[in-house]
Amino acid sequence: MAMADQNARQGFRLSMLIYDTRYRSLTIQVVVLMGFMAGGVWLISNMLANLEALGKDLGFGFLKVQAGFEIQPQLIEYSSQSSNLRAMMVGLLNTLMVAVIGCFFATIIGVMIGVARLSKNWIISLLMSVYVEMFRNVPVLLWIVFSLAILSETLPKPNDFRGADATATMYLSESIAFTNRGFYIPLPVFGAGSMVVVITFILALVGVFFFGRWSKTRQEQTGDILPNFWIKLAILVVPALIIFFIMGRPIGLDYPALKGFNFQGGLKIGTPFLAILFALVAYTAAFIAEAVRSGIQAIDKGQSEAAFALGLRPNRTMSLIILPQALRVIIPPLISQYLNLAKNSSLAVAVGYIEIMGTIGGSVLNQTGREMECILLVMVAYLSISLSVSMIMNLYNNSVKLKER
Amino acid sequence: MKKSLFISTLAAAGMVAGFASAGTLQDIQAAGVLKCGVGTGTAGFAAPDASGYWEGIDVAVCRAVAAAVLNDKDAVEFVPLTSKVRFSSLNSGEVDMLSRTTTWTFSRDVDLALTFVGINYYDGQGFMVPKDLGVSSALELDGATVCIQTGTTTELNIADYFRVNGMTYEPVPIDTAAEAQAQYLAGACDVYTTDSSALASSRSTFENPDAHVMLPEIISKEPLGPLVRHGDDQWADVVRWTMNALIAAEELGITSANLESLAAGSNNPEINRFMGTEGTLGEMLGLEATWAAQAISAGGNYGEIFEATIGESTPIGLARGLNAQWTQGGLMYSPPFR
Repeated sequence: MAMADQNARQGFRLSMLIYDTRYRSLTIQVVVLMGFMAGGVWLISNMLANLEALGKDLGFGFLKVQAGFEIQPQLIEYSSQSSNLRAMMVGLLNTLMVAVIGCFFATIIGVMIGVARLSKNWIISLLMSVYVEMFRNVPVLLWIVFSLAILSETLPKPNDFRGADATATMYLSESIAFTNRGFYIPLPVFGAGSMVVVITFILALVGVFFFGRWSKTRQEQTGDILPNFWIKLAILVVPALIIFFIMGRPIGLDYPALKGFNFQGGLKIGTPFLAILFALVAYTAAFIAEAVRSGIQAIDKGQSEAAFALGLRPNRTMSLIILPQALRVIIPPLISQYLNLAKNSSLAVAVGYIEIMGTIGGSVLNQTGREMECILLVMVAYLSISLSVSMIMNLYNNSVKLKER
Repeated sequence: MKKSLFISTLAAAGMVAGFASAGTLQDIQAAGVLKCGVGTGTAGFAAPDASGYWEGIDVAVCRAVAAAVLNDKDAVEFVPLTSKVRFSSLNSGEVDMLSRTTTWTFSRDVDLALTFVGINYYDGQGFMVPKDLGVSSALELDGATVCIQTGTTTELNIADYFRVNGMTYEPVPIDTAAEAQAQYLAGACDVYTTDSSALASSRSTFENPDAHVMLPEIISKEPLGPLVRHGDDQWADVVRWTMNALIAAEELGITSANLESLAAGSNNPEINRFMGTEGTLGEMLGLEATWAAQAISAGGNYGEIFEATIGESTPIGLARGLNAQWTQGGLMYSPPFR
């Protein structure tokens, strides 16, 4: 108290910024921040000065210019007449497509392998260990290039399907073809009246949700467990099927067929996409498996013993007791694995899957020569993707983490 | 890919180094080595032989420049660059010059701040298909899958060509010539398109070259030549006139065989100025008086280089065609040495 009085009397002196513990940390922070900002200003002015010296001004006008090259696959309409900005969006969507599908499969496979690695059956656990070590310890770029090489060297060319002495055949009554340019599968075609079927299906989805809630309340009241899975499946499929036939089968399938140089019709899943997807999924799943294993092993053995003592079978013990608790440990490392997968997708250029690095960071950069702007845009794009993934996953993490009251 | 990002980042940080000293020529003389950006392996244009010694018509330009500047045709550090990273590498100062089957276009010359100093091969974009595909014209390629190198003029030309002719194609974008060949041979694409000289070069390396044919259509003009950065005219002049010296030497009849006897002096004043026994051309360029003779000593004149690297006696087997001297009905024409 006396100290404070004295200080108040003496007023503020400059030396207090360093010697007074109340101000010191603030002083250091301000100095560091100023240094950081000065560094940033120097870097930017240096960049602008050097671009000036090269006779290049920083500007984004090139985004409106016609791109001039073709991209495949494209989720939104695009042609070589479209603008560079459009090309960038096509690339961004391709990045998101491989990232989302990749995360989905990597999670499923990762969880299965992580659980299987703890299996009491030593052959299964050994096989899973081999998988994890094999994929985790080889750089993902090698897996990507390797997958493409396997796909394009071993699968038949479209030409091999041709003629009377074809060396390759289509599967599932001529509806699926595996070629070294991509997998061709039938594509649903929505004819007149198909909306009714779709609406029925959506209603069925809502029905499944309400059935789930009702069944849970019923179980809590009576202790009876219904065969939930089969009932849900029936709700989902049966009404939609009935309406489908009543409406006269409005949804048909467009089958791929060999026409000209390639298969035409149906849906083409290109080899580059399959190669990058397979490599990213297999690689990331190995890491996710380890996160899952560590999460499960972090749960006290007493939990499963207690569950067994209550008479729960191993499957239910895992899904009702162990996994919900393990999620708290699993989610944070899982977030970084999702981020890694999204960022590793930039390696797709190695196999010719054109995503954002291949459009704005590749062809556009080369055709316009705007390295600085293009690389900045790519960085902003990846940063936004990563921050969004991280935000969504953190929200989920908050919902499952231990609630402290 | 990491590399292009890396280089582009360097382009920001490293330009300080590149532009603090404007004299590329002085830098090279001080370092004693010329850093030359070349292709990643195109037989006849730029590719290392079995012992790792770089050879080819593009490489010969680098060696001639090194010989003119440093009097040592082996004082070259060859930097293999993909078509994607080449301009960033040149602009960031990673290489002093680019001699990499690069097409001279308006936007590259003007907008990318590059200076093209000449043309060492007049080319055009062509198509190669396997013979058993049974295609005899590019106009029959509707719906075909095409292997294309990204970041090249061919990527734009083919989009234009197919659109103008009302055809579609499926692009298989590829980074290097080697990858393109692998994909093409595996049948992942029906057609491989690039400069027709590069197609000939690729085909010469195939196990069975006769199973592949070039289609007759040449869909673009591709004048290929060496280039340097904007902003250093002296260095641009050195590379430009070394290139001209190779062409002029063929016209003047200066070959690696008679080089020494002509260097002693002749009764042709242009040859004397060329050889440095008359006039001060070397001094004007900031080089030794015998610079042009040194350049010729590296691999002979343009005609000799052409025959040794991609000519009809080589596996690539290209005819002189447009690349003959102007006196022989070609386009090779050097301004006078005066």
